[in-house]
Amino acid sequence: MSSRGRLALFLLGAAGVAVLFATAFLGMPAFGSEDHPYRDLAVPAAVRHATANVVSSVNFDQRGIDTFGEETIVLGSVIGVAALLRPAQRESEQRPPPDRHRLESTTLLGYVLLPVTLVVGLDVVAHGHVSPGGGFQGGVILATGFHLLYLAGSYQALARLRPVEIFDRGEALGAGLFGVLGAAGLAATGAFLANVIPTGSFGQLFSGGTVPVLNVLVGLEVSCGAVVLLTHFFTEAITLSVGGRRERGGGT
Amino acid sequence: MTPLIVMSLALVAVLGTAVVLTNEPERQAVTLSLFGLSLTVLFVVLQGPDVALSQLGVGAAVVPLMVMLAIRRMRRDQEREADGRGEAGE
Repeated sequence: MSSRGRLALFLLGAAGVAVLFATAFLGMPAFGSEDHPYRDLAVPAAVRHATANVVSSVNFDQRGIDTFGEETIVLGSVIGVAALLRPAQRESEQRPPPDRHRLESTTLLGYVLLPVTLVVGLDVVAHGHVSPGGGFQGGVILATGFHLLYLAGSYQALARLRPVEIFDRGEALGAGLFGVLGAAGLAATGAFLANVIPTGSFGQLFSGGTVPVLNVLVGLEVSCGAVVLLTHFFTEAITLSVGGRRERGGGT
Repeated sequence: MTPLIVMSLALVAVLGTAVVLTNEPERQAVTLSLFGLSLTVLFVVLQGPDVALSQLGVGAAVVPLMVMLAIRRMRRDQEREADGRGEAGE
């Protein structure tokens, strides 16, 4: 197709999208208005199950099956990265190159923030049902926290702290137990991921029934999954070298 | 719409444009990170702290790190290829 033809096709598609978007936005309730049909349904449902953070109640209780789908997507993308970035035959693992000089302030800040970040991550996972946050957010904070060791220390230090096999298993365990808890709800009440644990009293650490348990499982899965994902990227970028190419270039 | 919302929306628009207008992928990872941060501010202003936390972790930290690592790997391959060609020519 010629470039003019491509441009015409793009303009046609863009005009169609613009019309659809404009129609959709004109039909939406005004910004900041008082009309919230979903809020009127979701907030009482969250209060009924003693879950102070309504967002967590929607994610893990009212629409738990959607979150189960999302967790499966996370698992699937980590597996996809692992499959795509596995060492090819022409690549060989070598010792990572010695680290370049780091600013002392970077090292200090990294080592000070490392334990703080890990504690914040655990806190966000543990209190996902009573305050903003939850398993996904806390899991990502935990995973980035580990990588402060690379910024502050060295890649070797990070590699020692991060036995990949354990994180592989942690990810699978988190995703699997999510499904098991969903099946438990199915067995007990006939609905997948039904809230089968006593809901406790509103605003307490032990409240919300299955919500905090699912938060911990998601936190386990997401933190381990993100660490595994980044490990594959680090291995590609730092320790793998492409062998054979130089010989081929020099031999001919 | 309060002035605060207008300001954070404007910041998102400016930094989003900056990401598009950044040419080198290395620099783009940094502007992408700043764009992620501006989205975090917008979500906080719109009273969505849960989404803001996710955005902070994923958009401002993990994705730029993955971009940087991918670029580093590609640059190394390019350098190696250039080296190999130089030696073969001698």
